[in-house]
Amino acid sequence: MLSFIQYLGRLGVNFVAEAGGMALLFLTSLAYTFRPPYRVRLFFKQMEFVGVNSLLVVILTALFSGMVIAFQSYRALSKFGGESLLGGLVALSMVRELGPVLTSLMVTARAGSAMAAELGTMRVTEQIDALEVMAINPVHYLVVPRLWAAVLMVPLLTVIADVVGIGGGYLVGVLLLKVDAGIFIKKMQDMVEWIDISSGLYKALVFGALLSIIGCYKGYNATGGAEGVGRATTEAVVIASVSILVGDYIMTSLLF
Amino acid sequence: MVELQELYKSFGEHEVLRGVNLRIPRGKLTFIMGQSGTGKSVLLKHIIGLLKPDRGKVIIDGQDVTRFSEKEWQRLRRRFGYLFQEGALFDSMTVAENVAFPLWEHTRLSFSEIEKRVQEKLAVVGLLEARDKYPSELSGGMKKRAALARALALEPEIILFDEPTTGLDPLLQVSIMKLIRDTQRQYGLTGVVVSHDVPIAMRAADYIAILHQGKVVAQGTPEEIRKSEHPFVQEFLRSAFEGCHPEEVQNVQEKHGN
Repeated sequence: MLSFIQYLGRLGVNFVAEAGGMALLFLTSLAYTFRPPYRVRLFFKQMEFVGVNSLLVVILTALFSGMVIAFQSYRALSKFGGESLLGGLVALSMVRELGPVLTSLMVTARAGSAMAAELGTMRVTEQIDALEVMAINPVHYLVVPRLWAAVLMVPLLTVIADVVGIGGGYLVGVLLLKVDAGIFIKKMQDMVEWIDISSGLYKALVFGALLSIIGCYKGYNATGGAEGVGRATTEAVVIASVSILVGDYIMTSLLF
Repeated sequence: MVELQELYKSFGEHEVLRGVNLRIPRGKLTFIMGQSGTGKSVLLKHIIGLLKPDRGKVIIDGQDVTRFSEKEWQRLRRRFGYLFQEGALFDSMTVAENVAFPLWEHTRLSFSEIEKRVQEKLAVVGLLEARDKYPSELSGGMKKRAALARALALEPEIILFDEPTTGLDPLLQVSIMKLIRDTQRQYGLTGVVVSHDVPIAMRAADYIAILHQGKVVAQGTPEEIRKSEHPFVQEFLRSAFEGCHPEEVQNVQEKHGN
C-alpha cells in the first residue's frame, strides 16, 4: 500500500517536473527567437522537413478520412432524410476537428519523432556538448528553428488537409452516393463560417508548438545510449499525441 | 592559468570528486590519469563548464568561473578547444564543414579565408583527402583526427583532450599522441589530456596528475611521478609496464576498493 502511494507520488513529481521542463524550454526558445544570429538556413531546412516532406502522408490521411466521414455521415443522415446536409457536415468535421488533429498527429509521427531521435542522438554522442563548448547555444541552434518551423507548417498543412478532406467527401458523396453536387457545395457554404476554419488553424498552431517542444525536450534530455534515444523517441510520440488530443478537447470546450 | 580548488561533485549518491586540488601550468601538456571511472572526464568537463561543481572553485586567469553567467562562459569558451572522446562530430556535416563550423560562427572571415584555414587544419591532421566525407564514413582514428582539426580551427589557447587515444590501435595511438604533442608545441598551447595510458603519458607529458578515489594523489613531472611513493601510484605505473596478470589486477582492485 505504502509503495503504491510512493509510486503515485513519484508519478506526480515526474509529471510536474517534465511539464515544467517543457514549459521552460518553450519560454527559453521564445526568448532566443529574436537573438541574433538568425538561423535562416536551418529554419528553411526544418520547414522543408516538417512541412514539404509531410505533404504526402497528410494528403493521404486527409483524403481517406474525408471519404470515410462522408460514408458514415450519409448513413446517419439518411435515417431522417437529411442527406442534403452531407457537404456541410463533412466540411465542418474536417475544418474544425479532423484537419488540425489528424495533421498534427501525422506530423508528430513523422517529424516530432525525428526531432526526438535526432536531438537524442546528438545528446548521447556529445554533439550537444560540442555545440556548448564551441560557445554556441544549443537551444538557439537546435530548438528555435524546429519550434518555428512546426508552428508555421502545421497550420499550412492543415489548410491542405481541409481541402483534400472535403474533396474526398465530395468524391464519395457526389460520385458514389449520388448526393446532388450543387446541394453538397451550397450546404457547405451555408454551414461553414470563417470562425470554424480559423479555430481549426489556431488549434493547428498550438499543436505544432506542442509536438515540436515535446519532441525537442525528449531528445534534448535523452540519456543512456541507443536505448535511451529509442525511449525518448517513443515517449515523445506518445506524450505529444496524448497532449494534442487532450489539448484539442480543452481548446474546443473553452474557446470555440 | 587553470586552477582547481577543493572541487566536489556527486551524481546522486555517487561521490565522484572529493576535493580535487590541481594547478595546470600554462603552455604545457598536462596529463590527468587514473583508472576508468574515477572521474577524469568529469574533472575535464568542470574546466569548461559543462558540469558545475557542488563545492569548490575553478579558477581561470584569476577568475572563479563557477559563478559565470552564460554570456561570460560564451566569451571564455572561444579560447578553448575540446576534443571529445568519440569526436562528437556533427553527423549532418562533412569533415570540412565540421572544421569550418566554429569559424562561421565566431569569426568574420570571408569564405576563401575560412576555406584556407580549413585546408590548413586538415593538412595538419592529415585528412585532406577525407574533407568531403561524412563522419559516418570515417574510421575511429579519422574521426579523432577530424575532431582535432575542428578543435584547432579557432586557434584556441587551451585544449582539453578527453581520452584521445582510447579505442585506437597502438600505431594510431602513437600517431595521434604525436600529433597532439606537435600541435601543442607548435602553437604553444596549454593542453590537458585525460588518459589512462601510462606509457604514452610518460613519454608525452610535461606534467602528470594522478586521480584516485576522487582526489589528486600525486602530481609532478613524469620523473617525479615515477619516484612517487604513494602506493596507488606505484601500483598504477607498475601494472602498466609489467602487463596484466589476473591476480595482480585483482590485488590492485581489492587494495583500492574499486
